[in-house]
Amino acid sequence: MSTLTDFEGKTPTWCPGCGNFSILRAFKQAMVDLGLAPHEITVVSGIGQSGKFPHYTRCNAFNGLHGRTLPVATGVKLVNHTMPVIAEAGDGDCYGEGGNHLLHAIRRNIDVSLFVHNNQIYGLTKGQASPTSLAGMKTKLTPHGVIAEPLNPLLLAIALDCSFVARGYAGDLEHLVGLMKAALRHKGFALIDILQPCVTFNLVNTYGWFKERVYHLEPDYDPEDRAEAFKRAIEFGDRIPLGIIYRNHRLPMEERIPLLAKEPLVRQAFARGIIARTILNEFY
Amino acid sequence: MASRQPIDIVIALDQASIANNQADLSESGIIVYDSKILKQAFTGPEFLDVPFVELATKDGGSKVMANTVATGAVLGMLGMDPSPFEDVLKELFLKKGQAIVEQNISAARRGSDFARQHCERCAFSAAPPGRPLMLINGNRAIGVGAVMSGCRFYTAYPMTPSTGILTYLAGKSDDYGIVVEQAEDEIAAINMALGASFAGVRSMTGTAGGGFALMVEGLSLAAVTETPIVIALGQRPAPATGLPTRTEQGDLLFALHAAHGEFPRLIFAPGSPEQALYLTNKAFDLSEKYQIPAIILTDQYLADSQWTYEGLDLSRLICEDHRLRGERPASLSDDYKRYALTDTGISPFAVPGDIRQVVIADSHEHDEEGHITEDPELRRRMVDKRLFRKLRSLRSEMAPPTFYGHPDARTLFISWGSTYGVVREVIGNLQEQGAAMLHFTEIYPLPGTDTFDYVTLLTKAERTVCVEQNATSQFARLLKAEIGFSCSATVNKFDGRPFLVEELLEALHVYLD
Repeated sequence: MSTLTDFEGKTPTWCPGCGNFSILRAFKQAMVDLGLAPHEITVVSGIGQSGKFPHYTRCNAFNGLHGRTLPVATGVKLVNHTMPVIAEAGDGDCYGEGGNHLLHAIRRNIDVSLFVHNNQIYGLTKGQASPTSLAGMKTKLTPHGVIAEPLNPLLLAIALDCSFVARGYAGDLEHLVGLMKAALRHKGFALIDILQPCVTFNLVNTYGWFKERVYHLEPDYDPEDRAEAFKRAIEFGDRIPLGIIYRNHRLPMEERIPLLAKEPLVRQAFARGIIARTILNEFY
Repeated sequence: MASRQPIDIVIALDQASIANNQADLSESGIIVYDSKILKQAFTGPEFLDVPFVELATKDGGSKVMANTVATGAVLGMLGMDPSPFEDVLKELFLKKGQAIVEQNISAARRGSDFARQHCERCAFSAAPPGRPLMLINGNRAIGVGAVMSGCRFYTAYPMTPSTGILTYLAGKSDDYGIVVEQAEDEIAAINMALGASFAGVRSMTGTAGGGFALMVEGLSLAAVTETPIVIALGQRPAPATGLPTRTEQGDLLFALHAAHGEFPRLIFAPGSPEQALYLTNKAFDLSEKYQIPAIILTDQYLADSQWTYEGLDLSRLICEDHRLRGERPASLSDDYKRYALTDTGISPFAVPGDIRQVVIADSHEHDEEGHITEDPELRRRMVDKRLFRKLRSLRSEMAPPTFYGHPDARTLFISWGSTYGVVREVIGNLQEQGAAMLHFTEIYPLPGTDTFDYVTLLTKAERTVCVEQNATSQFARLLKAEIGFSCSATVNKFDGRPFLVEELLEALHVYLD
């Protein structure tokens, strides 16, 4: 059995009070609860304050480029589909730079858990608006306030029939651990949009702001009711729901590739000799 | 045999086909057309009016079978046995039902019979069939090379002229155990391939210049994370969309310089499908051995050109697994470090999950474990490891250029990549006049001179002429930059069409005594 100590990593460089600390703690707790060891999982991250995530824990990791977490995670999963693959991304990373990859990862339904550290601001580059910044938010680059409407990642995901759509909150650690475990247990693409206060650059969406608004979905809420899921996903104002908003039973991508039915690609022997005997026949 | 100028048979389905080709017709050349389709009858011995549509629609056939009639007509003109064509028709139309197959076969026969009876100056005759030879194009040869090198993951976004590789491998996915995925864009393609490579299998992507432009940040990612990847880059005339279905060698310096930062890369430019097969294999081997990106630079001409061979020797292919695979590889220490500093610059590359230690890849500058660092000394040592140490031995892995022609040639023609066939054919005609060629397929790093001192050969030649299918003599510039050698002249073609034997002969002849 693994322990929290097994997942100890480098000391984070995040600001004191950053929501990322709770996401990191929740992640470690979820892995321990699931009985996973550091070498049994792979975390893929991009660039942003969230991109540093794998360095602050201990596991197989690919810290790639800004926005490109999902293609890398997809490649890893297709090669070794018995290994849990977690993509850690930010709102700029995943909803901005890598937006196209999100659409297609959802379409493929690759069994990757995507944890989006959504702080509605660019932290690493010091306070520019992100795709989820609320309209009107004033930043150094938008003195008259953000003009564009914020992206609603949950609505987008449900519209694409994403197989697992949830919202967590960095200020609610225990609940977040539960969501992460559910996402990893889910077979198929799982998105958790994690509301993460940025104490330095986002002075609008603060812990206090969230505390007044977030609520847990009712125990009898049915996440398989897509129409109801749309209704809850639209809620992002006075009330913000937390929990598994939508879920379905689409087969994950790797289960639809006959080649991967037996065992992971990385463990399949390459029948070089046999192939060599016939591969040129069709050219005669 | 390379492409030639005179045209023997034109099948003209529109007026433009006549206007564009009539002037290039050989002395006994023939234009086959249907005066009803073109709404005009042409007189002159070079015209053969075949009623394509009328022959197609007899027996209830459809107008679209006019193509079948035309092909049949050409077979008739050449006096060829129609049965191989009939086999093709059966294979092609079987899905559409037996009736369609029959109608096509009889349409082909009617075309053939008509041509045999009406072609008055058909001076051609096909050579009698010998024993069957292999017929393979550049793209498929790359596909075969990838399969035989143990490539298990191929992802790409369709783009001419590289799509043929994707199509070939997708068709072989189940048989040969290759996951093939059509990516949403080229950025995704290269990143997926890198994820797959990190996870433990050989992986590859393919594209053309425009898609490669999108892959460029990924190329840099491959470099800093030291993740092996093979990229097939099929060139076509650019900038931007350019001439999408034509050919050019215009992306050599792009392939060489693409991506931010300084790192080693491999560039191979095969001159034939055979070379494409072996160089794809070499690209996989060296990319994995040195944990660096390898680029196979082709172009539309090579990608789609069909070459015949007696056979290809697959036993010559290298297949060595450079990864630390399986539980606890013997060479692995307890404190496994993905980027351990070594004399060769090559660090142990374990498969994540196979060992109890963790494997970390990082796009930042990193320490030996793979964690972000800002340390100046470590930065210097990592650059030394990734770049200088690897480059030191890489050069000796590259094969020298091929020499062909007059042994004491006073004029040396330099070529690279896909022009191999046409330049060789032309040099064959000119060698008695003191011509020889030096053809490069292993482009970067330029090979060393231990086994063949081509640098001395270049400097001793009276004249050196670099022949390239581009406007700016990119290979000549590479030679200048790498070995300080300047060619005395260049021959360039950049109209999107491959060199033709006659025009190249004329162009090169100028440089002989």
